[in-house]
Parts: sequence; C-alpha cells; structure tokens
Amino acid sequence: MDKASLTFADVAITVNVPAGTRIIEISEKVGAGITYGCREGECGTCITHVLEGAENLSEPGVLELRVLAENLAGKNDRLACQCRVLGGAVKVRPG
Amino acid sequence: MPAPPPPPPADPAAPPGFAAAPSPGAVEVREGLHWIGALDPGLRSFDVILQTELGTSYNAYALRCSAGVVIIDTVKAAFTAEFLARLEQVARYDEITLIVLNHLEPDHTGALPALLARAPQARVVLSPRGLPMLRALLGAGFDSYDIGPVTTGHSVDLGDRRLSFFTTPYVHWPDTQCTWLEPDRVLFTCDLMGSHMCDARLFDDLVGDFTRAQAHYYNCIMRPFRSFVTTALDLLEPLAPSLIAPAHGPILRSDPQAAFRHYRALTGARGAGRGAAAGGRSLLVFYASAYGATARLAQAIEAGAETEPGVHVSMIDLQAQELGPFTDLIEAADGIVLGSPTINGDAVRPVWDLLTRLADVETRGKLGAAFGTFGWSGEAVRLIEARLQGLKMRLPEPGLRVKMHPSEAELAEAHAFGQRLAAHLTGRAEAREVDFAELASR
Repeated sequence: MDKASLTFADVAITVNVPAGTRIIEISEKVGAGITYGCREGECGTCITHVLEGAENLSEPGVLELRVLAENLAGKNDRLACQCRVLGGAVKVRPG
Repeated sequence: MPAPPPPPPADPAAPPGFAAAPSPGAVEVREGLHWIGALDPGLRSFDVILQTELGTSYNAYALRCSAGVVIIDTVKAAFTAEFLARLEQVARYDEITLIVLNHLEPDHTGALPALLARAPQARVVLSPRGLPMLRALLGAGFDSYDIGPVTTGHSVDLGDRRLSFFTTPYVHWPDTQCTWLEPDRVLFTCDLMGSHMCDARLFDDLVGDFTRAQAHYYNCIMRPFRSFVTTALDLLEPLAPSLIAPAHGPILRSDPQAAFRHYRALTGARGAGRGAAAGGRSLLVFYASAYGATARLAQAIEAGAETEPGVHVSMIDLQAQELGPFTDLIEAADGIVLGSPTINGDAVRPVWDLLTRLADVETRGKLGAAFGTFGWSGEAVRLIEARLQGLKMRLPEPGLRVKMHPSEAELAEAHAFGQRLAAHLTGRAEAREVDFAELASR
C-alpha cells in the first residue's frame, strides 16, 4: 500500500499514513486542534490550513468547494473531513 | 399611502411594571430611518444560556432611500404581526428593494418568511456563511428569491444613500456581519454591542441604566468569541459612527465612541497572571484527589513543567476552591492540565463542573491535557480529553493514567509529561513521528 506522511504543526507530530487517509481520521487521534462538527462536509468546523504539500491532497469536490467559499476560506484551506492524503508529505494546522 | 394603522398593543405577556408601558409604533431614528422592531418584555431566558430579567427587544429597521426601501433584520417569529404592523406604517411592501440579514439566528429572521411572502421582489443580502442557514430557513423557497452574499468591501448604491458591509464572523455566529450607512454614519451591529433590555424609550439617553444588561449579554453570548469580537471592533471603530444600531436593547446615539471604549473594556482579559505579565506562557494544573495519588501526579507534572524556561505554572486543588474565578484564569492561560481520579467509572464532579464552565470562554487552540489515577478501569482521563477536544483545544500528549498510587518511575514519567507539555507551549517540543498503526489504541 502506498504511504504518505501527514504532519500536524500544532501538536508537533508526523504520522505515516496509508495513501487515501482523510485528515480528520488522524487529527482526532493525535489531539490536533483540527476538530470536526458535522463530519459531512457542511459546517466548515474542520477547516484546515495546508502549510506544505497541498498538491498531495485529493481534489476538492463540488460540496467542499462550496463550503470553503461560503466560509471565506483561503486558497490553501481545505476541509479535513473531505480531503484525502494521496501520497508524499503534507503539513497542516487548524484553519 | 393609506393612513397608518394604530400602534400594536402592548404584549399581553408583559409582567407587572412593563404592561403599562406604551408599545410604540414605528419610531424615527434618523430622517428616513425607522425602528420597526418588537418589544419582548416577558422574556426571562434567552437561548437557554442567559437570564433576561429585563426582557429584550428585537430591533429591526426600515430605511427609505431614493432607490427604494431597505429592511435591515427582522424579529422573532412570534412578533411577526407587530413587526409587519410597524413596517406598514412607514412603507409599502412593493417599495422594498433590499433586505439585509446581518445574522440568521431565529430571533432576527423569524419574520423573514412572512416578509418575503409580501415582498418577493426584494433582493436579500447576507454574509456567505449565512447562506446554508438561509437555505434551511426557506427550504424549497430559497431558489425563488433573489439572494446574494456580500462581504467586507461590498456596497449597495441606494441613490441618496449607500450601504456597505463588514464581515464580522463569530460575533457570535459564523454568519454575523455589520452594515454601514452613509452619509448618515449609522452602524448596524446586530448582536454586537447589544443588550437584553426591553425599554420602549429605545435610545440610550432615554432608557434606564443598561450597563449591567450589556455586560451580561457580552459575558454570556460574546465572551466565548473574545478574539473575534476584538477583531470586529478593530474593523468597525475607525468608522467613527454617529449612531450604533444593535439588534437588541438600546440604540446607542449619545456617545458612540464611548460605547466602543466601554465594549472594549468588556473584552479585556480578566485573569492575566504572572506568565502573561512576564511575556511568557502560563500553564494551569487543576486536580482533584481522593487519596492523594492524583495530587502527587499533579505535583510531579508541575515540577516538570517548571523546568521549561518562560513557562509559569500554577497548581490548583479544585476541591478547595470556588470554581467561578477560574474561568477568568483559564481565559488568560495558554494551557490547562486537568487531573481526576476515576470514581464510579467517571471523572469527579469538581472536574466536570470546571469543564462545563469552559464553554463560557474562548478555548480554541489552547493546550490541554489530562491525567489521573484509578483503581479499576480509569475512564476519567479519556473522558476529560474528549471534552477538551470538544472545546477545540490541542492535546499534544496522550493523557497520563496511573493505577493506584504512582511509583517513583511513574512520578518520573509525570515529571517528563509536564516537561513535554511546557515545551509545547514554548514551541520547543521535540518533533515526533509515529506510524498509523500506533494510533489505533488512542
């Protein structure tokens, strides 16, 4: 299985994860400040700022793009409950 | 225009002392700008979270411009008839060209469906974050109206007047915005700077004292979003309004600049301790202990954290204290560590009482951690951690759990636990790398 690394800057930890892992699945377990609300891509609670490796994340879907726009998210912001780490290294912090 | 209807009757639910107060019709705030809100003198509990011994008002406004009539916010659904009656005193529905929604909470949008049914031609503007709420409010009707998002920098030309919008999120919902009217220099702040106070005299120079009501409103509604309130004040105060029109309580016209200063005083940190005063970081170690075991862990954690330069550590026994002042202390702290024994499979009541109070202050992004001793199962630590995560704190270290009294080795681990937590506060924490499988037990 392809591997990727996901670093949570606010708790100084890097997790080696299987490719395809959603950020929210890991952030809760390592105690990062990226927390969820609805977990369904609607509320915007889990907005995450991507510090490095944005190109290693899955492309946002229509729903995620709409929620990001409605929440005035920046271009390096994603929803942790929606996007997946596809490979390489990604570094994030709470949005 | 037909003769205006008589003013609505006073609220029959009004308690003694309020019932006799005349319920006004539409009230002119400035030339062409009328208050068309509603008075709710009988309200005693708002959003469950605060008592309102003075009732409240739902302030909405009608603005007549050369390009039409603008309605700014509406009222709670139960007061729809009152709101519409006042509106009809100053405008016809077919004159309404614009409806501004500064906040989608039901006490400000309850009358919106009725208003839109009468003025379907009006364009509705609101912050982008309000769109999902409005979809839910209007249901299938959403797509039949002219609805558009506005943000800071957007304005609407109304002929002889202009409205501009300022996105001010989390004062106190994600969707909140303020609206600025020129050339009148009137600022519509919705809940910001509002008070739960029902007084038919409406204006701050005419009503009774509302100092406590405004502070109580801030403490209960706005304080959990203190940093956002400060950001909003930074954005709005330079406008130097001549009048501030909130959506609850008195309209502030006597000295708007003093009103800003007063509100800023409310937003100041109240528990700034030595850590903050010294330019360092502050860590609070709270604990409750039945037989002294959790207290020994707390002492070791405190000693460990104290070794980190620039971190000031305070240790507090929750059983020996009134909990109220700790919300101030926590608001100003950079991190908190909570210790509890596990009794009956749970954290103990003083710890839960403190955790419950944390909803009153801004905790997002603060460092949190849990520890505790136990005899059988040790659920307390995990339960505390779950609550801290729910408060959107960061928990960089898994909680420390010790069975029975801590050994010397376990005290050494507690000392190291304190050291690591303090290092996370100063940014000197050692970077760690783990495999996904190792997280399964967390």
